[in-house]
Amino acid sequence: MEQQNESGTFGMWVFLVTEIMFFGAIFAAYAIYRSMYLPAFEFGSRLLDIKLGATNTAVLIGSSLTMVLAVHAAQTGKRKALVFYLLLTMLLGAAFLGIKSYEYFHKWEHFLVPGLRFAPAEVLPAGVTVQNLQLFFCFYFFMTALHALHMIIGFGIMTVLVVMSWRGRFSPEYYAPIEVSGLYWHFVDIVWIFLFPLLYLIGGRY
Amino acid sequence: MTTAVAEPAPDSRVNYLNANYGFRSWLFTTDHKRIGLLYLLSITVMFFIGGSAAVLMRLHLITPGGTLVQPATYNKLFTVHGIVMVFFFMIPSIPAVLGNFLVPLMIGAKDLAFPKLNLLSWYVYIVGALFTLYAILAGGVDTGWTFYTPYSSTYANTQVIAAALGVFITGFSSILTGLNFIVTIHKMRAPGLTWFRMPLFLWAMYATSVIMVLGTPVVAITIVLVAFERLLHVGIFDPKLGGDPILFQHLFWFYSHPAVYIMVLPGMGVVSEVIAAFSRKRIFGYSMVAFSSLAIAVISFLVWGHHMFVTGQSIYAGLIFSVLSFLVAIPSAIKVFNWTATLYKGSISYQAPMLYALGFIGLFTMGGLTGLFLASLATDVHLNGTYFIVAHFHYIMVGGTVMAYMAGIHFWWPKITGRMYPDGWARFAALLIFLGFNLTFFPQFMLGYLGMPRRYATYPAEFQVLNVMSSAGASILGIAYLIPLVYLIWSMRYGKIAGPNPWNATGLEWKTDSPPITQNFEETPVVTEEAYDYAHMPPMPSAAELAGHGDSNV
Amino acid sequence: MSQHIVSVRSYVIVFLALLGLTALTVGVAFVDLGQLNTVIALAIATVKMLLVMLIFMHVKYSSRLTKLSILAAFFWLALLLTFTMSDYFTRHWTPSPSDWGPSISQPAPREK
Repeated sequence: MEQQNESGTFGMWVFLVTEIMFFGAIFAAYAIYRSMYLPAFEFGSRLLDIKLGATNTAVLIGSSLTMVLAVHAAQTGKRKALVFYLLLTMLLGAAFLGIKSYEYFHKWEHFLVPGLRFAPAEVLPAGVTVQNLQLFFCFYFFMTALHALHMIIGFGIMTVLVVMSWRGRFSPEYYAPIEVSGLYWHFVDIVWIFLFPLLYLIGGRY
Repeated sequence: MTTAVAEPAPDSRVNYLNANYGFRSWLFTTDHKRIGLLYLLSITVMFFIGGSAAVLMRLHLITPGGTLVQPATYNKLFTVHGIVMVFFFMIPSIPAVLGNFLVPLMIGAKDLAFPKLNLLSWYVYIVGALFTLYAILAGGVDTGWTFYTPYSSTYANTQVIAAALGVFITGFSSILTGLNFIVTIHKMRAPGLTWFRMPLFLWAMYATSVIMVLGTPVVAITIVLVAFERLLHVGIFDPKLGGDPILFQHLFWFYSHPAVYIMVLPGMGVVSEVIAAFSRKRIFGYSMVAFSSLAIAVISFLVWGHHMFVTGQSIYAGLIFSVLSFLVAIPSAIKVFNWTATLYKGSISYQAPMLYALGFIGLFTMGGLTGLFLASLATDVHLNGTYFIVAHFHYIMVGGTVMAYMAGIHFWWPKITGRMYPDGWARFAALLIFLGFNLTFFPQFMLGYLGMPRRYATYPAEFQVLNVMSSAGASILGIAYLIPLVYLIWSMRYGKIAGPNPWNATGLEWKTDSPPITQNFEETPVVTEEAYDYAHMPPMPSAAELAGHGDSNV
Repeated sequence: MSQHIVSVRSYVIVFLALLGLTALTVGVAFVDLGQLNTVIALAIATVKMLLVMLIFMHVKYSSRLTKLSILAAFFWLALLLTFTMSDYFTRHWTPSPSDWGPSISQPAPREK
């Protein structure tokens, strides 16, 4: 059992290694294009809503806290607390997705969706072309959508865990699925921890 | 150990093959051995699909004018050949078939760390294969297996998205397999089986899995970006819209170069096992071979730019990639020297697995040496985009990996099926494959050097003789590959029944029944010897004994 | 799996630290520090990541193998970034016959 638990955790870490490379590659592409088209990327960044982004960051950090508290509850055999914290994690995750959806909708209304509806009304400063700005928004949507997809998957995993926890399937001796799912959830949080500054904060908002 | 007692027929003994019957027992199995066989069936089908494309190409190229297919169709043929062979045959072949089957057996475990993930990986492979087959049937793809932008992202009007999705999905199969192997090898080795007592095949599987896990995600996201760009017409890789096609190539080759080591490292693992067994000696320089596998895995990630020397990449980056590409040849050379040293003063027998393994050593070396010409910037300018490259990689992938795969299939066939294959036919097929292969691809080195470009449906008349030789070779190869298909299937019913260790080989897999019981071992084995302890093993049975005439250990 | 049980207090402290760092990084975004802005933002993000990894994900109490795997992943990512960047940053060191398209020149590119 011990060996199985160790294997499970290690297995999840190996999977997270693949996720680091998966997201890392798109971050690399973003970094390169940002270096090429700095004015456009900075301008695009300033068009994002920093308040919503910061709120979402806080929400996600909160959900990581509730997640570790869920693991803690499992480790100490507190079934009701476990279910409570898992539900809270899901709630915060849903809040994140809700805020993100609102941001997407806002971009849609302002004609800032690449390929589908891109006609920015803003006056473009010197050195910024419409195409380069569109490239920024490509990355914005692609990276945040990929992140959101991972959150939705995490949401699904949490649902399964809530049901299993409610049925008393976990104990201080066996809580590996909670721990392992927690690792996944924290990873998704870490991706956002980098997405937020790279997309929202380094646009020269001064 | 051998006894004079005859083993009962495998059919009357419960093993993993007859433990359950019916489709459901196979399609919902979590037994790594059955999953290995599911993969065997699938990749064999894909091999013949990819092979058919190659046969059509070579038939078309018999004449310079080429009238068998339209040029547009020719483009689709080489693309399909590449995609199917690389992603659906070569990359899974040894890991998903032999690796899945043997890794738990070799480490003395009941199964892999995550048996259900293993089954999932096969289903993911099948879904990816179906997408690709759809792409082929719905009109084909003509971008080349490399999907270079902006052609693939903007200008092609073939089934790029379907094919890209097929590759993307199958990538996850690769990732899951690699993940499973890494965790299994770290966490589930039998008592006494330290890292340096493991068979070298396991070191090779481990190194391959590291590459799979670190590289595949990068190409996955890159392909998604291409599909994204194709759907939305945004300029991620399109220069007209501000994108950089070279960025695609960086991201693509970051995986695809290590991918060729995913293809060849397992082959090297098989060769280590076969050379040791058929020379009756421990592998010379065991730790060097083990470390060289890891070195290849690491250095393989540092050389991808050698595919891009002529793209407009910075020449300084090119210099660095060139030097590193020379460096990556060293661990491979170390292995070749160690295998050769193993042969020296060995007691060598020439059954089919050994013929294939010896073929690997020679042909891989040739392919590898020609890689040095390509690693050198100046000569690559002339040779890039020509048949020299085609010959180079086919020597390694077909002369190398496919031969190693055949070696492995034949070597472990008795373990997998409980039956021996007819070695006479097997050796004939091996020789025919060797001859057909060289006739096909050696002329291509010359063609490339003389300047014939690759991926062209027509060519100048002065190249015809060499092309005809190559096509003749390809016809021989095509037939030669069918021969094992026939006798291997035949052997499953009529082959001589094999005992636990028909080759008197070392390794935990040979200490259990052929075919093994579902949980592999009656009791978890404990390992006390070093690997390749051939000094304490009986000699290789004679050809007569192996074929079942006279006394045998079965 | 770490049998080590981290206290709720530690978790809450890390949580508050993460919130604080978020506030900090947002604040710094409104101050003009030139190129340092990006460096500081990434540095703060890295600290946040380390906090989440070491404490929330229990890496501090995990095996050497786990730590090695994580390091390997970041190292490989660094390889991807470094080698690819080495192409873009050095393209202009050799003159090209025509404008071969987008590339990066130091210090602050104002291309296209």
